Amino acid sequence: MKTLLRQRVLVNLLMVLGIVVWMILGVVANGVMAQTTAQAPPAAGAPAAAPAPPPKIDTGDTAWVLVSTALVLAMTAPGLALFYGGMVREKNALGTIMQSFIVLCLISVQWVLWGYSLAFGPDHGHIIGGLEWFGLKDVKIDAASDYAPTIPHQAYMIFQMMFAVITPALITGAFAERMKFSSFLVFIILWATFIYDPLAHWVWGQGGWLGTSKDQLGALDFAGGTVVHISSGVSGLACAFVLGRRLGYGKETMAPHNLPMTVLGASMLWFGWFGFDAGSAVSAGALATSAFVVTNTATAAAALAWMVAEWLYRGKPTVLGAASGAVAGLVAITPASGFVGPLSSIVIGAGAGVFCYLAVIVKSRLGYDDSLDAFGIHGIGGTWGALATGLFATKLINPAGADGLFFGNPGQLGIQAIAVGVSWVFAFVGTIVLLKIVDWTMGLRVSDEDERIGLDLSQHEERAYSKG
Amino acid sequence: MKKIEAVIKPFKLEEVKDALTEIGVFGMTVTEVRGFGRQKGHKEAYRGTEYTVEFLPKTKIEVVVPDNLTEKVIATLLRTAKTGSIGDGKIFVTNLTDVIRIRTGETGDRAL
Repeated sequence: MKTLLRQRVLVNLLMVLGIVVWMILGVVANGVMAQTTAQAPPAAGAPAAAPAPPPKIDTGDTAWVLVSTALVLAMTAPGLALFYGGMVREKNALGTIMQSFIVLCLISVQWVLWGYSLAFGPDHGHIIGGLEWFGLKDVKIDAASDYAPTIPHQAYMIFQMMFAVITPALITGAFAERMKFSSFLVFIILWATFIYDPLAHWVWGQGGWLGTSKDQLGALDFAGGTVVHISSGVSGLACAFVLGRRLGYGKETMAPHNLPMTVLGASMLWFGWFGFDAGSAVSAGALATSAFVVTNTATAAAALAWMVAEWLYRGKPTVLGAASGAVAGLVAITPASGFVGPLSSIVIGAGAGVFCYLAVIVKSRLGYDDSLDAFGIHGIGGTWGALATGLFATKLINPAGADGLFFGNPGQLGIQAIAVGVSWVFAFVGTIVLLKIVDWTMGLRVSDEDERIGLDLSQHEERAYSKG
Repeated sequence: MKKIEAVIKPFKLEEVKDALTEIGVFGMTVTEVRGFGRQKGHKEAYRGTEYTVEFLPKTKIEVVVPDNLTEKVIATLLRTAKTGSIGDGKIFVTNLTDVIRIRTGETGDRAL
């Protein structure tokens, strides 16, 4: 009976999905027709108007963005894969690494097909990009876009792809050691399409309602505090609630199986993050340099702050703490990295180290199982970073940005708070809906027996470390 | 023949092995083991979570010797494996009915 019900629900969902796709296609077709008709008269009536010269592609900028793209790729694999892979138990090492690795593959394809178009394509009602750029149609290799006037449009697209990749990969820390691989694949595709792509459009897309496009809210997010870290962290919290705790949580020892691997991963994240933040200048000059400097400074300050906080609170400075603090600092400086100076970045980093350490302590008291602290580090660190941007931003660093509270513009903090609130609610509610759909149709968790055996053997029939 | 098993602190292994070889023990089997006795475990903390680790790493040595060597082996173990602090380990002595060398089929003391 139950399976029958689920099948019926699935069929209904597919029908609804079909109708939605059909409607979108209709809207797109209308838009295309409207464009052709609107453009037709001037073409016939005003032949004298000279076409504007195409924006000049800068080789230095293009080189930097392409290198940055590769750096951000390295954040997901091997960076995040090792960071998370070392923190799980030995029986789940491969399964955990596989999740980051496969997200990289899945979203690389999704982004080319429809992801980039939904996030950055022509605006529809300030809510979503259209499907006009499906399959990278009109995304040129030899001409720039409005997003980055000195690099080829496809360079900007592939740079943004790596952000779309790492964001869902970050969530995997919340449901580590218990999610079914097939359901995980479906969830990631749904999440990228229905959460990441719209949110990226709201904040970064031309015309998106939260971002700095003309007449829109004006929230500052240089490299992804709301879009990447709040969205992944808060979605991770939703995952922890919906999936429930791991078997034996709170009773059995679930110590990390390979902390050197985790520290290696954290260091790789730090290395790749220069592409993430300094690359977000989409040019190779003063702004990229500034972002590079504050990223490194905040990260170091955060690692020190976490270490000291833990030392004072528990009595020992741990290696995992220092590595976690560094990641928390990277997260917090992300939205601010193109708008703040080096001294501000020390405060932002130190705050991140302390707040995120408190968050993981509170977690162990509250009893929800965000296994690898996706929420504690990315949700809390991202929220602090987005708000801190409203405190410390200054036009002295980036004339295209805005001043924050400490530079005479208290309104910016309110704008940042709205963007934070919207990102929280959208990511949390949206993720719960998607998880429920997948749970209904496929089931989210592995069986108890499979969970005890571990993901490596039960999901992949492999072992990370052979005994022979 | 006696089988003598000693659970000792891992860093004492080299010293114990050298002393036993000196008094005429020709072979031994060594295993890395975990366990607990009177010595309490220790605490480990990972981010916000603390675990008590009760099973501590120890090294188990097994030697089989003729009856006349038993007292000497025990005395040597007591001398070399001892640090004087809690957690030095224990020695277990059991009677053994037979030993057979696989290569030749020899049995008893001649197989040692």
